Amino acid sequence: MSEKLLEIKNLKTSFRIKDDYYAAVDDVTLTLNKNEVLGIVGESGSGKSALAFSVMGLHNRAKIEGNILFKDQDIANISPAKLNKLRGDDMAMIFQDPLTALNPLMIVGDQISETLLLHKKNMSQKQRKDRVISLLDQVGIPYPEHVYNQFPHELSGGMRQRVIIAIAIANQPELLIADEPTTALDVTIQAQILDLIKDLKDDMNTGIILITHDLGVVAEMADRVAVMYAGQIVEIADVHTLFENPLHPYTRSLLNSVPNTQEGQDKLHVIQGIVPSLSKLPREGCRFAARMPWIDESVHEENPVLHEIKPGHFVRCTCHKHFYFPDESKEDSNHGVS
Amino acid sequence: MWKFIVRRLVITFPQIILLSVLVFIMAQMMPGDALSGMIDPNIDPAAIEKQRENLGLNDPWHERYVDWVGGLLQGDLGESFRFKMEVTELVEQRLINSFWLGVATLFFTYLIAIPLGIISGRWNDTWGDQLITGYTYIGFATPLFIFALVMLWVFGFQLQWFPTGGSVEPGLTPGSFDYVWSKFQHLLLPALSLALIATVNTVQYLRSEIVDTKQKDFIITARAKGASESRVYNRHIFRNSLLPIAAFFGFEITGLIGGTVFVEQIFGYPGMGLLFMESILLRDYTVVIAVVLLFGIASILGALISDIILSLVDPRIRIK
Ligand SMILES: Nc1ncnc2c1ncn2[C@@H]1O[C@H](COP(=O)(O)OP(=O)(O)OP(=O)(O)O)[C@@H](O)[C@H]1O
Ligand SMILES: [Mg+2]
Repeated sequence: MSEKLLEIKNLKTSFRIKDDYYAAVDDVTLTLNKNEVLGIVGESGSGKSALAFSVMGLHNRAKIEGNILFKDQDIANISPAKLNKLRGDDMAMIFQDPLTALNPLMIVGDQISETLLLHKKNMSQKQRKDRVISLLDQVGIPYPEHVYNQFPHELSGGMRQRVIIAIAIANQPELLIADEPTTALDVTIQAQILDLIKDLKDDMNTGIILITHDLGVVAEMADRVAVMYAGQIVEIADVHTLFENPLHPYTRSLLNSVPNTQEGQDKLHVIQGIVPSLSKLPREGCRFAARMPWIDESVHEENPVLHEIKPGHFVRCTCHKHFYFPDESKEDSNHGVS
Repeated sequence: MWKFIVRRLVITFPQIILLSVLVFIMAQMMPGDALSGMIDPNIDPAAIEKQRENLGLNDPWHERYVDWVGGLLQGDLGESFRFKMEVTELVEQRLINSFWLGVATLFFTYLIAIPLGIISGRWNDTWGDQLITGYTYIGFATPLFIFALVMLWVFGFQLQWFPTGGSVEPGLTPGSFDYVWSKFQHLLLPALSLALIATVNTVQYLRSEIVDTKQKDFIITARAKGASESRVYNRHIFRNSLLPIAAFFGFEITGLIGGTVFVEQIFGYPGMGLLFMESILLRDYTVVIAVVLLFGIASILGALISDIILSLVDPRIRIK
């Protein structure tokens, strides 16, 4: 029953810094089915947005290699005109920062209306306006007729994020990429926005890529989760497996760095170091190795690849078999590996 | 928005009052008065003193100020000692000439700035942009009076495409087609000279606005909607970049005043700038003061126009 919507094959997105290209997304392979939510998690700088922008074709000066098959059409190598037919119509994106993603000099109504104007050629002006108002209503904006004529700066962050969502869903896209749709918002609004996205999925059968570094959001929303580190997917599994039986040292560190009140854990594991900057990324061997210096270097693969541990559960490198946290003993580290 | 405009208008009054006080003080510091220049030296000083008393020249300064302002409001700017005529009358024709010079200059300024700024900003860091940026650097570095002289020499004297002085051919009937055409011809070279130099600010400003706007997040939003490149530029980038330029319009007027003083002098164009220079050289103080006052008022109005345009085009100001 699961129909493939998006298939990313060996995607490599590189930015030019000085005279060289550096990959921010490095050999990513993924699929997304209809009516599925795929969570993508990873620290700041791990390449999540770069991946999302590649799918939407929004990179200005990046080198993109590999294939992105959307409904069996390779959108990584497609004419701008054809891409523009898809963007905003069949595929749409919700942006990270609601404060800057709207044109400050244009009323909100016109900004939403533009999406309709571009894709629904036979809609009359009146029909468009009615549709925009019902969209504003749908995303939970009070007094939509009034808000229609307001400028972005007159709205709160939460309201602006709803407007951005309204733009994204205006044409009922089959693919929706939500890039940290709630990071800029406070907790109550966060929950409302997430509910909104969930409703959309149920109403429209949309396939959703949900990018976030909030594992709570992932647990609540996602069907499957991909963990990204330094431009690569280091682990991918369905949401239960990932939380119950995380394998990759990075995934385990991420999960371990979330305060867990239920188990009364008092120590919080903090991942040492930071994601290296693009030009300083290790390009050979296990990219996470430098951040687990207490583990013997010989346990890493020379060229780490994704291993399918169980159907649908992939993990990169073999180092996970030998990983333990510095405050654990070696013996109880082997959990989860049969 | 109306609230903003009304408030802005209200601020203009103290500005004009302050200006008038400054000009008045300046006038007081000028040597001599209405009775020192035009009087027969053989008259008894006591009689002059009596006349001074009658004319109110010995009143305390604030009374004289009120008197002076009262005169101004009735259009009495005093009398030019050189031309022996009412300053108002003298200024009228000059003001009209300067007005048209200003209009033509602004027209050329934007005519040059908008396409160049757009090309330069849209295709930044291409050879076209570098060419335009090169021109703006030359424009910044070239003093206006030298450039105007070169223009006059090349196009006026060498090529003889344009008249080299005055504001109209003598002997034409005012209002006739020939008269208007001749006025236009006289206007062209000074206006172009001024515009070619003055426009470089606007070119650079527009370029950097566009380069800046191009990288804004809402441009990505527009692309993600499926807007074509040309729509993204026309609907979002140019629109958003041109609006602040429109707001500079008023300040452009202020900037023009300095320019006209040079250019009118060089082209012998009888406008306010030339009048200003002539009156200073001839110590025709009543005229100098009247011109300074008018320049001051033009600057204040320029700033006012800018703010009003800005409030019309930028919704973020409209509300406050
Ligand atoms: N246009 C660009 N030019 C050069 N480098 C870029 C560009 N965009 C992103 N990068 C670099 O690519 C890497 C990945 O960035 P990306 O924005 O995808 O991270 P992210 O996972 O979305 O982080 P965050 O959680 O902070 O949004 C970073 O090192 C970033 O500096
Ligand atoms: Mg990001």
